[in-house]
Amino acid sequence: MSLDATADRARVAIKQEPQKQTAEIKGAARPMQWTSAYSGPLSIMSGFVLLIALWALIVKVGQYPPFILPAPDVVLRKFISTLSEGTLIRHAWVTLSELLLGLLLGLSSAFLLGYLLGKNPRAERIIAPFIVASQSVPIVAVAPLLLIWFGSGLLSKVLVCALITFFPTLVNTIVGIRNVDTDLRDLMRSLRASRWQMFRLLDLPAAAPTIFGGLKLSVILSVVGAVVGEFVGADAGLGFLINLARGVLDTPLMFVAIISLIGLAQTLYMAVSALEAYYLRWQKNDA
Amino acid sequence: MQPLLKVDRISKTFVEGAKRVAALQSVSFEVYQDEFVCLLGPSGSGKSTLLRIIGGLISADTGQVSWRGQPIMAPHPDVGLVFQKTNLMPWRTVLQNVLLPAEVQKGQIAAADLEQAHNLIALMGLADFSNSYPRQLSGGMSQRVVLARTLLQQPQLLLMDEPFGALDALTRERLNVELLRIQRHHASTILMVTHSINEAVFMADRVLILSDGAGAIEAEIAIDLPHPRHLSMLGTARFGQLTTQIRQSLALNDELMYDELTHA
Repeated sequence: MSLDATADRARVAIKQEPQKQTAEIKGAARPMQWTSAYSGPLSIMSGFVLLIALWALIVKVGQYPPFILPAPDVVLRKFISTLSEGTLIRHAWVTLSELLLGLLLGLSSAFLLGYLLGKNPRAERIIAPFIVASQSVPIVAVAPLLLIWFGSGLLSKVLVCALITFFPTLVNTIVGIRNVDTDLRDLMRSLRASRWQMFRLLDLPAAAPTIFGGLKLSVILSVVGAVVGEFVGADAGLGFLINLARGVLDTPLMFVAIISLIGLAQTLYMAVSALEAYYLRWQKNDA
Repeated sequence: MQPLLKVDRISKTFVEGAKRVAALQSVSFEVYQDEFVCLLGPSGSGKSTLLRIIGGLISADTGQVSWRGQPIMAPHPDVGLVFQKTNLMPWRTVLQNVLLPAEVQKGQIAAADLEQAHNLIALMGLADFSNSYPRQLSGGMSQRVVLARTLLQQPQLLLMDEPFGALDALTRERLNVELLRIQRHHASTILMVTHSINEAVFMADRVLILSDGAGAIEAEIAIDLPHPRHLSMLGTARFGQLTTQIRQSLALNDELMYDELTHA
């Protein structure tokens, strides 16, 4: 399958069902939402429209060729063609599975270690320098090593993802666990709570607001991790797609892949935000 | 008659950097069944430390605390603790907070616990707030929830560390009356730390005065006001005599300190 053929099919497809496809791209390219507070869909929509208009204007005024800056409609057509081809879904799925597995590994180990270190300040003082050292090396420098050791398949990307998502959740878990109210700890002790009860009934809910802050950062970083891993060596994924498109100067395809990555990050972030809103509903004013 | 609680020559010293601060020096006293004993003393007299030792939360350097003749080394199931700072879990509703002792100690909540929790919440006049979160309650209401939670354990001894210290005077008086009523109905023994002379005289059968700085029992004053106590008693001559007597023994205490300082 050539990329040109994909583009041709898109041109056919857009004539058939223009409205439906416009709706699809809007869903994927919603701008990043940083506040967990609910902002109305109207304001999100108008911001999105403004962004597209500005983009179209720049292309029109600058007369840029598509391989430098493709116009929104060109990108849209590319998006539709890759979507109907199935290529976009296939690559997005590869990236998604990499980062979900990476998150699973990175977050669970960060949470476990964070809890232990939060409980043992002495151990934290000993181990902290090593953790900071591991984080001071850029992930792009570590990724090739992981590829050499674990091959160019799924595992190396999962590990890159896990590595980059590990730190924010680890730090926030340590801080969250350490700052648990000492009066509540005394209360649990006076009730002769077991270790498990101490964890389940006190530490976990008390540290949750802080941990969620780390989780939100981690899910965003997981997308970065997957792309970095794919850049270093892969045969599938959205990061691979960007690399491939760069090689043939198919800038519209790069845009499609980037926008898909944004959509992926956005979806993950919103999922964590929804989870947070549910779990921390006691913080809400109208509860 | 065997005392319920026996505090025998308890001493505790805290080390802060190079400084050694003696919080308690050989404190001894006894508390008997159904008694209401108040520990009175200025801030820094080691009252809270003493209560935490009795509660089994921290250990003493020397001396021993016994419960019905048995030494207390760890938190005891028959002893309930109430602190000045309301320690409710903000993520739990009022009902869930009150049920916490049952959940922790039995591993699950029985129907009887739920019923008792509802009764206690009603007793505290908070029936409408069962499903509220602590954030939505006033200070007085929160402390009532703490009291309800502590009573759910059906403790034989209530240890209270300035339980109403953070509340306004009116709320405080009302809760004092409520506490006496609860003590009458639940026949509980209470050991309460306070720095209010009026509160101590109004509530207690016996007042123990801790000295400033030295951390030792300075005086013991029996309160012979009749039961049940009413707020109108605050204006009686006997009440006045007792508070004066306590004030004098605290002042005497200050003079001693002053002498020690000037002659040192």
